[in-house]
Amino acid sequence: MQIPENLKYTSDHEWLLLEGEVATVGVTDFAQGELGDIVYVDITKVGETLKAGEVFGTVEAVKTVSDLFLPVDGKILEFNEELANSPELVNSDPYGKGWMVKIAVSDLATVATLLSSEAYASLTAR
Amino acid sequence: MELKKVALNDLHAKLGAKMIGFAGFNMPVRYSTDTEEHLAVRNGVGVFDVSHMGEFMIKGEKALDLIQRVTSNDASVLTDGKVQYSCLPNQKGGIVDDLLVYRIKENEYMLVVNASNIDKDWAWISQFNNEGAEMIDISNKTSLFAVQGAKAVEAMQSLTEISLADMKYYTFQIAKFAGVENVVISATGYTGAGGFELYVPNESAEIVWNKIFEAGKNFDIKPIGLGARDTLRLEMGYCLYGNDIDDQTSPLEANLGWITKFTKNFTNSENLRKQKEKGVEKLLIGFEMIEKAIPRSHYAVVDSEGNSIGQVTSGTQSPLLKKGIGMAYVKTDFAKVGNEIFVVVRDKAFKAQVIKLPFVKK
Repeated sequence: MQIPENLKYTSDHEWLLLEGEVATVGVTDFAQGELGDIVYVDITKVGETLKAGEVFGTVEAVKTVSDLFLPVDGKILEFNEELANSPELVNSDPYGKGWMVKIAVSDLATVATLLSSEAYASLTAR
Repeated sequence: MELKKVALNDLHAKLGAKMIGFAGFNMPVRYSTDTEEHLAVRNGVGVFDVSHMGEFMIKGEKALDLIQRVTSNDASVLTDGKVQYSCLPNQKGGIVDDLLVYRIKENEYMLVVNASNIDKDWAWISQFNNEGAEMIDISNKTSLFAVQGAKAVEAMQSLTEISLADMKYYTFQIAKFAGVENVVISATGYTGAGGFELYVPNESAEIVWNKIFEAGKNFDIKPIGLGARDTLRLEMGYCLYGNDIDDQTSPLEANLGWITKFTKNFTNSENLRKQKEKGVEKLLIGFEMIEKAIPRSHYAVVDSEGNSIGQVTSGTQSPLLKKGIGMAYVKTDFAKVGNEIFVVVRDKAFKAQVIKLPFVKK
């Protein structure tokens, strides 16, 4: 299971990559493995400003449905359009082509409060 | 409560299965991915360890009598080597469990019940056993492997001298299989893909499992988990106890009229007969999504104006058809094939259509 060191994580199994003031968000390798074959990613909140912990979409696997929680306060700028036709990218490349949304982070300081790769690794090892 | 283990528990773990608690058992949910396993069964051959299922032997001169009183189908038509799908109605209009009835020989039957209901069914049947039929619960001693798929017959033929291709659906033979005597080889399954279910004593489980994989090697045989088992059965429109049928649902509402025979008396048969004459208020239907959405158990079903007309009992994205499919109870007026219904997914109604089951034709 991969947990890249350059990313930040949440206990809800999302990852976040900050570049300038824009962050890319997706679900972790651990999450995609637990979900199984992902068949639909439903993001309905593009353009909206949400608080950390609010649901910004839903990911559907063959057997399960799971809500997606925003890691930090921010505005949803963009949804990964490629997932509409190829949701399986979340399984095959969760940290790359399987990214889900880009957000304008409201307060950059909040990013530092997210989990480090080590902290996330110990969380999933439990 | 600690999960019970099937005989080959450690073997599944070694094969890399993700194990989950299901019906009180630690069971393999998938070894690779649900879709891959699903398609392996539809197009090739796969093996499920479904040893969590329960098996009761019913013996003696009053065996048939007892079975007739507790089950809805007519077991008197069974001859040696025949299997019948049936259910145990309760006295309140619902279903205690659905099951298979095997006639081993005269005065000897095997009932195969759902793992989650073993204790409930045993207690239920026992209370009607007042004429001394012998009941033996062999669930804990019996392993059950379902070898299912288009290539199952061909892949398994080398393991037995009986002609698998000649076995008719819902028949069984007790024969030597994989070198083990007295295996119940049953031409049944829960996938619609064809194949066999093999009842094996636990002490021979590992031998049989390994021989199945040796024999199936050239057919690319794969172990299959409960995840794909559920999507396979749903594509066929087979009921799952606890989802599509339960203590509250009538067999007539569940479209199980074909296993509800009023040629005999059984638990609650009088009320069910009246229900049949009067007509049911809701019916279990199959539907497929027209608009893109995946139906799930407990989602609301509404009409075009948003009025509630029922509830989804099972739903998934069909790995074969690649669209949302499901089963739901809807008001009888809406149950006609072709009718437009709507499934509410995350507060939004998505268009679907009632279709004739199965979703996937055999």
